[in-house]
Amino acid sequence: MAEAVVRELRASFTAGRTRPVEWRAAQLTALVRMIEEKEADISAALQADLAKPHMESYLHEISLAKASCKFSLKGMKSWTKPEKVPSAITTFPSTAQIVPEPLGVVLIISAWNYPFLLSIDPVIGAIAAGNAVVLKPSEIAPATSSLFAKLLPEYVDNSCIKVVEGGVDETTDLLEQKWDKIFYTGNGTIGRIVMAAAAKHLTPVALELGGKCPVIVDSDVDLHVAVKRIVVGKWGCNNGQACIAPDYIITTKSFAPELVDSLKRVIKRFYGEDPLQSADMSRIVNSKHFNRLTSLVEDKKVADKIVYGGQTDEKQLKIAPTLLLDVPLDTALMTGEIFGPYLPIVTVEKIEDSIDFINSKTKPLAAYLFTKNKKLQDNFVTNVPAGGMLVNDVALHLTNPHLPFGGVGESGMGSYHGKFSFDCFTHKKAVLIRGFGGEATARYPPYTQEKQKILRGLINGSFIALILALLGFPREKR
Amino acid sequence: MGSLAEERALGYGGLVSDLREVYESGRTKDLEWRQSQLRGLLRLLREKEEEIFDVLCEDLGKHRGESFRDEVGSLAKSVEDKLQNFKKWAAPEKASSLLRLIDSDCSQPVYLAATPLVAFPATAFVMPEPLGVVLIFSCWNLPIGLTLEPLSGALAAGNAVVVKPSELAPSTAAFLAANLPKYLDSKAVKVVEGGPDVGEKLMEHRWDKVLFTGSSRVGRLIMTKAAKHLTPVALELGSKCPCIVDWLDSNRDSQVAVNRIIAAKWGTCAGQACIAIDYVLVEEEFAPILIELFKSTLKRFFTKPEFMARILNKKHFQRLNDLLDDPKVASTVVHGGYFNAKTLSIEPTILLNPPLDSDIMTEEIFGPLLPIITVKKIEDSIKFLKSRPKPLAIYGFTRNEKLKRRIIEETSSGSVTFNDAIVQYGMDSIPFGGVGASGFGQYHGKYSFEMFSHKKAVLKRSFLIEFMFRYPPWDDSKIGLLRHAFRYDYISLFLALLGLRR
Repeated sequence: MAEAVVRELRASFTAGRTRPVEWRAAQLTALVRMIEEKEADISAALQADLAKPHMESYLHEISLAKASCKFSLKGMKSWTKPEKVPSAITTFPSTAQIVPEPLGVVLIISAWNYPFLLSIDPVIGAIAAGNAVVLKPSEIAPATSSLFAKLLPEYVDNSCIKVVEGGVDETTDLLEQKWDKIFYTGNGTIGRIVMAAAAKHLTPVALELGGKCPVIVDSDVDLHVAVKRIVVGKWGCNNGQACIAPDYIITTKSFAPELVDSLKRVIKRFYGEDPLQSADMSRIVNSKHFNRLTSLVEDKKVADKIVYGGQTDEKQLKIAPTLLLDVPLDTALMTGEIFGPYLPIVTVEKIEDSIDFINSKTKPLAAYLFTKNKKLQDNFVTNVPAGGMLVNDVALHLTNPHLPFGGVGESGMGSYHGKFSFDCFTHKKAVLIRGFGGEATARYPPYTQEKQKILRGLINGSFIALILALLGFPREKR
Repeated sequence: MGSLAEERALGYGGLVSDLREVYESGRTKDLEWRQSQLRGLLRLLREKEEEIFDVLCEDLGKHRGESFRDEVGSLAKSVEDKLQNFKKWAAPEKASSLLRLIDSDCSQPVYLAATPLVAFPATAFVMPEPLGVVLIFSCWNLPIGLTLEPLSGALAAGNAVVVKPSELAPSTAAFLAANLPKYLDSKAVKVVEGGPDVGEKLMEHRWDKVLFTGSSRVGRLIMTKAAKHLTPVALELGSKCPCIVDWLDSNRDSQVAVNRIIAAKWGTCAGQACIAIDYVLVEEEFAPILIELFKSTLKRFFTKPEFMARILNKKHFQRLNDLLDDPKVASTVVHGGYFNAKTLSIEPTILLNPPLDSDIMTEEIFGPLLPIITVKKIEDSIKFLKSRPKPLAIYGFTRNEKLKRRIIEETSSGSVTFNDAIVQYGMDSIPFGGVGASGFGQYHGKYSFEMFSHKKAVLKRSFLIEFMFRYPPWDDSKIGLLRHAFRYDYISLFLALLGLRR
C-alpha cells in the first residue's frame, strides 16, 4: 500500500506538479484557510486526544501553524530564487550560483503531543520547497490523525500531498520505501529505527528528538516572574509532555526553599487548590504513559522527595503538578526524559556547578537559565551545548522563525522553522557557468615546467599568472 | 592510551574516550588553537610538497602537475581561506526578534514572529558550536585532498578529529600518519590506519559526526552503524557524471570543449574520480566530429605515459577489463582499448553507443573508458538523465542559453557546470556534495566549517515586560486579548487592555 502511494507521488513529482511557486503558494494559502475555517474542529480533536485546554490549542498549535504558513508564503519568493555567489580567479571568466531545488518525495512522521503543529509545520516546509509529501500522523493522537485524513484532501492537491494513517505496521511499511528525505519527530529509540531504515536507501533524515531540558535558577532573579514563566512552560505546555518543557531545575541549596515556596504559590494560583479539576491542564495522553509516569515515583526513595502535589486520577488520566527535591540521581526519574508533570529540583553548592552538571548528561533539545548575572549568562551560552537555549524564559525560542529549531547529539539532527524548514527539504545545487574563452593551456598535459609554474600562480590567485595563462602561455608548437 | 596496535586490538575505545576528554577540556574550542592547526596544515603542505608528490605518484602514478592542480594547490588555497574567515564564521550571528509592524509592499501590518507580543522584547542570535569528536573517512583517489579538506573544516569549527585514510593508498596513509602528528596537535587529531575491519571497529562507537567518502555500498553500512548511536553522517558517494555536448559551431569552441573533457576524464586520476566525466551525450551527427577531435587531442596531450595516472590496483584493473568482456560492448570501441596488466595502465579508450543495459552503462566506470551515447536531438539528453539516479555532477558544453536553463531546472544533481568540468571542486564559494544516490551533506569553503558545527539558537529575555494573558487560569477575555495580539490588531488590543483590564 505504501509502495502505491510512493509511486503515485513520484509520478506527480516527476511530472513537475509541485515545482511552480504558484502551486506551492496555492497549497499554503489553502492550509491557512483550513486552519481558519476548521479551528473549532482542530481544537475539539486536541481536546479529545489530550484534554488540551482551548487556550493552549490556540496559542501553541493553531496560531503557530497559521503563522508558519504565512511566513513561508511571504518568504518563498526570495527563498526559491537562485543565489549569486562570487566566482574564483582560477575559473575566470565564470559566474556561480546556488540553485535551490526540491528533494522529491518526502515522508513526515509526526508526534502525539502537539499532533497538529508537529504535523503541519514540517509539511509547510516541504511544500514551500516544492516536494511531494506523505504525512504519517501519530496514531496515539487518533482524533487529530483522522482529522488530517479527512481535511487535507479537502483543501490541498491530493495527488501530491497525502495522509497515511496507522500504527507500527503501517509505519514500517512506509519506512521500507525509498524517500528523498524522512523527517521524524519523537523519541530516540524510534529515531534510531528510522535512521537505520533510511540507511538502506541512503535517505537523508531529520530527527527531532527529546532530552532532559534543564532550567538553572539563580538567586538574583525577579523570582515571581521567573517562576510564572517556568510554571507555564512546564505545565502549560501539554502538562510537561513537550520536548522543550523543563525537565528538571537546578538551583543552589540556599535558594531552593524560596524557589519551592514560590513554585507552590504560582501553581496554586494557576491551577487552583485541586489541580486535577482544573480545565487549564492537559491530561496524560494514554494509560501506557500514565503508568510509565506513576511508576517513576513508586520507589520510596523517590516518593519521599515529593514536596508538593503527587495526586493522580487514573480514570481521567490526570496527574497534578508535582515538585520533588533532591531525588537520588541514579533513579529512572533523574536519568530518563520525564515527559510529564513531575518537576525534580536538583541542588548544588554554587550556581556555577550547574553547568558541569548539565554537561555530564547528553545534549538536551533546550536549556534554560534564569539569572541577571551577565557572566553566568555568557558562561552558559558558551559552554553548554544544546539544541537551543533561552535566558530568562522557557520554550519561547521555538516561536521565532528566524531561529533554527532542532537538536544535537541525542536530541536529534537537522533543524527547521521559518526558512530552515524550506532548507530542510531543499537541495542547494551549485551551478558554475563558464564560457569558451579563458582557455588556459597550462592545465593540460604535457605537464612542462613552465606550465606548472603558471598553474601554481593561477591557483594561488595571482593576477599576473591569470593574464599569462589567458594569453596562452606557455605557447605550444602545433 | 596504549599504542595504536593495542587500540586496534581493543576496539579503539581508549582512543575515543581520550579524545572526548581532550575535547571536553575546551582545548579545541579555543580560537587560537584552531588558528595554530590551520597554520600547521599550511606549513605541512608547503614543506612536504615534494614528499606529497612522491607518495601520490607511488600510490596512483599521478604526475606532479596533476597532483598540484587537484590536491596540493587548491587545498592550500582553501586552508588559507579558512584561516582568514574562521573567526567570522565562529562568531554569533544576530537573528531578528523584533516584530515589523508595517510591511513595505503591502498595506496590512505583517508580522515576522509568531508570538511577537508575548515574546517581546528579546534578543535572538545563532551561536555556532563544534559538534565534538568527529570521524573522517577518506578515499584512495584523492587521498590528500579528501582527507585534509574536511580536516581543515573540522579544525576550523573547533572539533577533535580522527582521520581514517584509505588503506588502498598506503604510501599516502603512511605519510599522513607520520606527518599529521608533527604539524598538528597530536592530542586532538589522530590518524588511524587500516582496512574495512578498522573502519567497522571505529563505527561501533558514538561520534558527533562522521564524513564518509566512498562507495554507496559502504556508505549504507556506515549510516546503518551510525544509526545505533544517532551519529549524524555526511556521505559523499559516487555516480555516473554525464557530459552533454551540444552542437558547437566554431572549431575553436569544439577544441576547447574537447580539451576540457579530456582533462576531466583522463587528466583526473585516469577517470578514477567521483566528479570525473563518466560518459558523453551528443547528437548523432556531431559524434564523429567529436571523436576525431578526441583522437587528435589525446595524441597531443599524452605524449608520455607518465602524464596519466595508472589504475589503482589489480582488482580495479580487472574490473575495468571485465567491462569490455561482453563482445557487444567490445565491438563499440572506436579508439584505444589497450590494457597493460604489468604497469596497470589502460590507454584512453572511447566507445560509441555501447548497449544501455551493459555494465559499462549502468555502473560507475571510475576509469579511462569513455562511452559516447548519441541522441537524435540534444534536448533528448535531459529525458535520458531524468530516468537515471542523480549524479554528483552534470556537465554541459553549450552556448544555448535555453538548453542551459532546461538542464538546471529539469535535472537534479549535486552540481551543474557549463563549459568546463572538475573546476567546481576547487571553488570555496559553492557547496560540494551529492543528492539522492550521490549522497548528502555538503562541504568546501564555509560549508566545511558548517558541516562540523551545530548552530545553536539563543534567545534572551528580560524580566521587564509581562503580559498577563499568557498565564492560566484562562478564560474568554484572555483568549480574546490574545486573538487581538495575534491578528496584530494593536489598536483593538490597546483599547481592550485599557477597557477590559480586570
